[in-house]
Amino acid sequence: MSNYSEILFRPVFKENPIALQMLGICSALAVTSKLYPTLIMCVALTVTVSLSNFFISMIRNITPSNIRIIVQMTIISSLVILVDQALKAYDYETSKTLSVFVGLIITNCIVMGRAEAFAMQNPPGVSFLDGFGNGLGYSVILIILGTIRELFGTGTILEYEIFPLVQNGGWYVPNNFFLLPPVSFILIGLIIWALRAWQRDQIEEPEFSMSKNSPEIIPNPPPAPSSKGSS
Amino acid sequence: MIENYLNIFINAIFIENLALSVFLGMCTFIAISKKIEAAIGLGIAVIVVLAITVPINNLIYNYVLRDGALSWAGLSDVDLSFVGLISYIGVIAACVQILEMFLDKYVPVLYNALGIFLPLITVNCAILGASLFMVEKDLYFGESVAYGLGAGVGWALAITILAGIREKLKYSDMPEGLQGLGSTFIIVGLMSFGFMSFGGIIL
Repeated sequence: MSNYSEILFRPVFKENPIALQMLGICSALAVTSKLYPTLIMCVALTVTVSLSNFFISMIRNITPSNIRIIVQMTIISSLVILVDQALKAYDYETSKTLSVFVGLIITNCIVMGRAEAFAMQNPPGVSFLDGFGNGLGYSVILIILGTIRELFGTGTILEYEIFPLVQNGGWYVPNNFFLLPPVSFILIGLIIWALRAWQRDQIEEPEFSMSKNSPEIIPNPPPAPSSKGSS
Repeated sequence: MIENYLNIFINAIFIENLALSVFLGMCTFIAISKKIEAAIGLGIAVIVVLAITVPINNLIYNYVLRDGALSWAGLSDVDLSFVGLISYIGVIAACVQILEMFLDKYVPVLYNALGIFLPLITVNCAILGASLFMVEKDLYFGESVAYGLGAGVGWALAITILAGIREKLKYSDMPEGLQGLGSTFIIVGLMSFGFMSFGGIIL
């Protein structure tokens, strides 16, 4: 049982797809200026990645390995078309806000990456969990970004006013800076910094390290050559 | 006429830069920008793939998929635009496959330098994104050539600049947690602010 929870939660912090594996970054940046579309995006991606892992894993033994990419692509794009059509039918406004980014789930590296790295070797049930876990890992980062950006950018969360705005007689002047897309890059950079301060094994080795200008001061000088032998 | 094409071209390079304004193709953008040679190689591959796939997808959209496009075949009330995604990705996958075989045979140096990342261009959001934006902007064929080329050049420009900055930065002494990925994100953020200042250009 612990094996299953390991598969489910490992991608959330230990091997976060965005912060460590550098996958699926594109949509993390463009859709997070408000929390609501962010949530929809997270749901859409989690559904796609879990189901695609499930189906790809089901046919993994009968897929010839040299055409597997095309097969995976077809499964993934059919799922994304379903998600896209469902979204257009039930929440047209949000689907307009997300514009091309729902379609771009097809090329979201998380989906492809998990299909290649996990679903091709594992049975369907476990693959589904792995996909779901990766969807969660993606969602965690996106929700943090969406919350920070909406809170400081407009003073609201899910359109509900948290900081009373100046134009409504409160004290908070909305910081439009946080609504600009580049801010999400800087925020992700800081999130990665925070995550690595906690999970220290994720820190990358520097390619070059500075040699010290002065010879290092050795805290405990080695004992002088012993005079035992001379006696 | 020429001004219109030039306008779309310049617009795609600077104002709607795929990497720095719409944030597409970020995964490869960040993963391959350690060395400037590899970055230039990948940039060229992206230019070529975009310049081929966007016009082809434009033709497919205009003559097969869009509402009423099949009227030449006597099916004037068929709207196939919902299978758009799967046909665009099919075209892209095929083009990348052909490009890969071509490079393997004629330019092995570039083929080896790109390695695993050439097949990954298929799943590079910049390529599919450009096709989707082309549909959203409702460009016609000539314009889509200019747009595809401009979008590719813009992406290549951005990744080359980033690789240049990162090559210099590897000698700097950064906090441990920011080493590598963290600092790259922040650099891209700052570059993106820089590119926002092109926003006012109107040709």
